[in-house]
This record gives sequence, structure tokens and C-alpha cells, in this order.
Amino acid sequence: MTMKSVLAGATLALGLSTGAFAQDTTKVGFIYVGPVGDGGWSYEHNQGRLALEEHFGDAVETVFVESVPEGADAERVLTQMALQGADLIFTTSFGYMDPTLNVAAKFPDVKFEHATGFKRADNLSTYSARFYEGRAVQGHIAGQMTESNIVGYIGSFPIPEVIRGINSAYIHAKAVNPDVEFKVVWAYTWFDPAKEAEAATVLIEQGADVILQHTDSTAPQAAAQAAGNVITFGQASDMAAFAPLPRVSSIIDNWSPYYIARTQAVIDGTWTSTDTWDGIGPGMVKIGEISDAVPADVKASAEALRDAIASGEYHPFTGPLNKQDGSVWLADGETADDGTLAGMNFYVEGLSGVIPQ
Amino acid sequence: MMILEKRQQPSPIWSLATPVLAVILTMICGGLLFATLGKNPFETIRTIFLDPLFSEFAWYYRPQLLIKGAPLVLIAIGLSFGFRAGIWNIGAEGQYIVGAICGAAVGLAFYPANSALIFPLMVMAGALGGLLWAMIPGILRVKFGTNEILVSLMLVYVAEQLLASMALGALRNPEGMGFPGSRNLSQYPSAANLELIAGSGMHWGVVAAFVAVIFAYITLSRHVFGFQVRLSGQSPRAARFAGVNPGLLVLICMGISGALAGLAGLFEVAGPAGQISIDFNVGYGFTAIIVAFLGRLHPVGILLAGGLMALTYIGGEIAQSNLGLPGAAIQLLQGMLLFFLLAVDVLTHYRVRFGKVGVA
Repeated sequence: MTMKSVLAGATLALGLSTGAFAQDTTKVGFIYVGPVGDGGWSYEHNQGRLALEEHFGDAVETVFVESVPEGADAERVLTQMALQGADLIFTTSFGYMDPTLNVAAKFPDVKFEHATGFKRADNLSTYSARFYEGRAVQGHIAGQMTESNIVGYIGSFPIPEVIRGINSAYIHAKAVNPDVEFKVVWAYTWFDPAKEAEAATVLIEQGADVILQHTDSTAPQAAAQAAGNVITFGQASDMAAFAPLPRVSSIIDNWSPYYIARTQAVIDGTWTSTDTWDGIGPGMVKIGEISDAVPADVKASAEALRDAIASGEYHPFTGPLNKQDGSVWLADGETADDGTLAGMNFYVEGLSGVIPQ
Repeated sequence: MMILEKRQQPSPIWSLATPVLAVILTMICGGLLFATLGKNPFETIRTIFLDPLFSEFAWYYRPQLLIKGAPLVLIAIGLSFGFRAGIWNIGAEGQYIVGAICGAAVGLAFYPANSALIFPLMVMAGALGGLLWAMIPGILRVKFGTNEILVSLMLVYVAEQLLASMALGALRNPEGMGFPGSRNLSQYPSAANLELIAGSGMHWGVVAAFVAVIFAYITLSRHVFGFQVRLSGQSPRAARFAGVNPGLLVLICMGISGALAGLAGLFEVAGPAGQISIDFNVGYGFTAIIVAFLGRLHPVGILLAGGLMALTYIGGEIAQSNLGLPGAAIQLLQGMLLFFLLAVDVLTHYRVRFGKVGVA
């Protein structure tokens, strides 16, 4: 027997054994735009992955690659996961949209789920959370807590999801405090502690005593803590390490139920391509505990707002609302439709500044 | 007692041996690192360095090595000219971005026309964009004696802001539902930089990288310009006596590196990346600096170093996904490579002697 045939035999045996292995377990892959230790966005997706492992035990095997740049690298990582036998792959950043679409076309038997995008295929679903519901509660608290009447907002990228958050927070801050003013700084990053800290410091120097962030690290929290007398909200993750001050509450992305349900669907063979956009009601968005730094009445009204949104009784975008240029967007009592929200590219009336073009 | 004695001439043997030694040391220390992370060091090293070439799915990874390595090699070749002459262009990342923007802008301007002329025009625009961006630090140094390291590096951040502005404004896809990012050039046949042979990974950028290696080899070893570059690096004074115009040399070296970085950006945006997006650049311009030094500023060395770097990227992803290795561990491994290269470089320039100090 030659060396070559020994090797061939070994490879064959290995192939068979992995084949048998693949039948028993469902392999679920994740790719993250940041490191799993970012304490925010990627961290929460990874928590969802861990919940999956805990829920299914040996029936599910998960794999992940972190800090994957959006573009050609994502396409390669996805292809690699599909080749290695993944049955279901979650791609957890907007910029993975085209790479996911391309790889999904090449692997019709593998199911893909893309977070926050809008391109779908027979084996490619999209899912996102209605973070703007959480932003409404945040704005409600921020408007009442600010003494300088200046709320600083660290925007990541001027995309509809982020603009929705700014509008929602502003509308609800304005409702409780007509003098409130928002200052927005665009960081052009999802995760860059140095840039985020710098943005927070700039906003604080401009008089902001509330910092809202749409970036994923805890650097703005640390900057606020260092400055003193500034409050913040945890973003994507609870960031409870900074409670009770500066962090007074948070918006938590809770992906676990969705990930478990979709994996179950793959196991059962009932998976179909869908578009999911869930909010506080179904539990995809959670409001982190409102700390004691917030007065009891503010806390109570914030929780009432949260519950009203959860039950569907109240929609954060309810008219009368005008666009920034003064034109009418929603008439009295009218609520925004999902299509407009999905592509939102305008500020509401009262916000100053322009969305970068 | 161990002492270091400066060699009169850098040792030719060690200058070839040190990169290999650095790779071996990186593997050993990387292995120790992986062992402390609770991974089997041999399996991990094998996964990173060998799996992309010889595993079950190597048919997919091998072409990917070309795709990942080509921009690194192309940029590093350009940088090697300046680095040899003591001209430090650290801002290739910015030139890469501007090249991509200019090239993509030309392609998008013709959308949706069909013509075989569009892609060549984009290539020219890409090279020109990178060249002009590199001319800024070049001219500032020649005219005002500014430090090209600082200026070229700072211009990277300017280029990043320009990129964001383009992705959100002028080059934004009008059918993109308000999301940032241009149309996908790889879906626009006249502008697409697709694989020349399906499944081979060979796109025009890979071809350009190989051509650049050959061109650089001939220029550096056979042409008087190569001689001037080398002479300027070794002895600026002697170079001046030999009739080298130092200002012109700065501009030419900056121009070559800028143009090649711009080309790399264009080939990337029209092919693997597909579109101008806010974070289109992923650090090729900086990694290419490592590649240039790892390859000892020699064209063939750079080709090999680019391949090795691409290998650690692709193998690193496989290790993350298959073995659960953290992403930071891969970056550490890549950092170690440069560290050890610089550390063992001492052997090229110094001789290690064992004995008493002061005995002469």
C-alpha cells in the first residue's frame, strides 16, 4: 500500500465521520463587525449565540468570526463557513448585505439571515429590531434630566436606522421639555473607542449634560464619568458597569429568542425567508433598568411609555409631526408606516443641522 | 559576555535568512500563545499556515490568496522604491482610497453605458488619483521641506473623510433606498474587474501585481533609476555627486507608490469590494508597509511576503471559525511577525561576538 492510498483512505474515513457528525448537529455560523468584547452590538449578538448553545446543547454547534470588514473579506468568511458545513448563518451588520446576497446565491441549501438589511432571497431572510422604540423612552428621560437643555448625540453613520433613533429621541425629549436642543456628532464608525470618547468630550465641552450614543463601545460612558454631571444610556448592551451614574438606563438588543426560533425552524425544516422587525413588545428590544439617579416620577412615566409602546397602544412616530423644513409629515393621530421608517432620510422639525450628504 | 559588533557590510546571508527566521520565531511564539489560550498549538499553526493551501477546501482558498495578496503586493512594490531611497510614504492607505474613488467615479459617470473603453479609463483615473494624492506630501517636502511621513499619514484621515462624503453624497447609489454606498461596480459589466478565468482568483489587480513585481525587479537591478534610488538610500551625499536630483527623486518615488496604491484601490473597488462604501478601506495601505519590509524591499521578497501575509489573514479566519480562536490572537500573530523581523534584523547589520568587552 502506498503512502498516497493510506492518506486517501484516511481522508475518506475523516470525510465519512464528519458527514455522520453533520447529520446529528445543526451548525450555525455568525460573523461580527466588531470584536465580541466590544460591550455593545457584537457582544449582544454573541450573547445570542451563547444562548443558542445553551438552549440546544449538543444538537447545535456554533462558529463565529469577529471583526470581519464589510466587503470582500466578509464574502470570503461566509463562503468558508458555508463550505465547512454551516446550515444557518447570521450576518450581523448592515454592510454585509451584498456579500451575504452573493454567497447565498452560491449556496442555495444554506440558510442566511442578514441583520438590518433590505435585500432578501429564497434562502436569505432579514431581521432587525425597532430600536427607535427604545430611543423614545431614552428621549423621554433625557428631556427631563438635562439641566443645560443640550443633549449630545453620537451618531455612527447617517443611515435610516440611526436617523430614526435621533428623530425618536428628539420627539420624546421635546414633548417633555420644549427648550431641549440636540447636538449630533457623526463618528463614522460603529466601534472605535478613541473616536467615540473624543466625540463625547466634544459634546460635553459644548454644554451637553446628556450623551446618547449609537456607537457600540463604552468609551462615551467612561468619558461622561470622567467629566462628571453627565448622564448616558447603555447602547445595544446594558453597560451596567457604569450604573447608577453616568448610565441611567439602556437599550438592550435581545437577539436570543429570535436566534433560537430560527435555529429551531432549520432543525424542523420549516425555515422560510422572512423579514422580521420586532420591538419592545416581542422582547427583541429591552429597556435596561432605570437607575435611582432618575427621579421616581420620571422613572414611572418612562416605564409607562415603555409599556404603552410594548402593548401597541402608542407608536413613537404619531402625528402631528412635521419634517425639518416645516412640511407636514404626519397629520394629527396618524402613525408612520414601516416603509417610510425603513428609508428615513430626514430630520423632524426642531432638529438643527443637516444630515451629511 | 555577548557583544554586538557592527558589520562593515550588511551580511548577505543573514539578510536572506532573517525573514525565514522571523517566520519560524513567530510560529514558535504564536504556538505558545495559542497553547496558553487552550488551543492545540500544532493544529492552530497548521490551520493558519497550511490549511489555506492544502486542506479539503484549498480549491477555494488558493484563489483567495491571490485576491487578498494582490493589493498588498501592488502597494508594497510602490513603497519599496521610496523606502530604499529614504523617502517614507506612510500614507498609501489614503492614496488607495483616493484611487478607488477616482476610478469608481469614472465608471459610475458612464453608468449604464456599455463600452470596452470604460474599464481602461477607470484604471487610468485610479492611478492618477493615487498619484495626485501622493504628490501633496511630495511637493510639500520638495518645496517647503515638510516631513512626508507626517503629511502622508495625516492625509489618510482626510481621504477617509472624503470617502465617507462620497459614499453618502456624490457617488451614492440613487436606487439604494437612502443607504450609503455607491452602485455595485461588479454588477456593471463594463466597469467590473471580474475574474479573468472563473474560480482562479485572477483579476486585473493580480495581473497588475505580477507585472509590477517584474517591472520593479528590472528597474531596480538593471536601470539607472534603480541605481539612483539605491544610492540615495545608502548615501545621499554620494548620490548628489553622482548627479541625482533629490527633489525629482522624491516626486518620482512618491508618484510611483501613489499610482500603484491608487491602482490597487481601483482594482479592489471594481472587483472584490464592488462598491464605494464608508469603510471600504480595510488597512491594505498600512499592512503593505509590513509586507515591504518583510520582503526586504526586494520585488521577489515582497511577492513572497504578500503571499505570507494573505495566508495569515485567510488561515486566521479559518482558525477563528473552526477552532474558536479570538480575532485578536491573529492580529497579535501578525504583529509578532513584524516585531521578530525587526528584532532579528540586528543580525544582518551586526555580528554577535562572545567574549570580554574591550579586548581589541
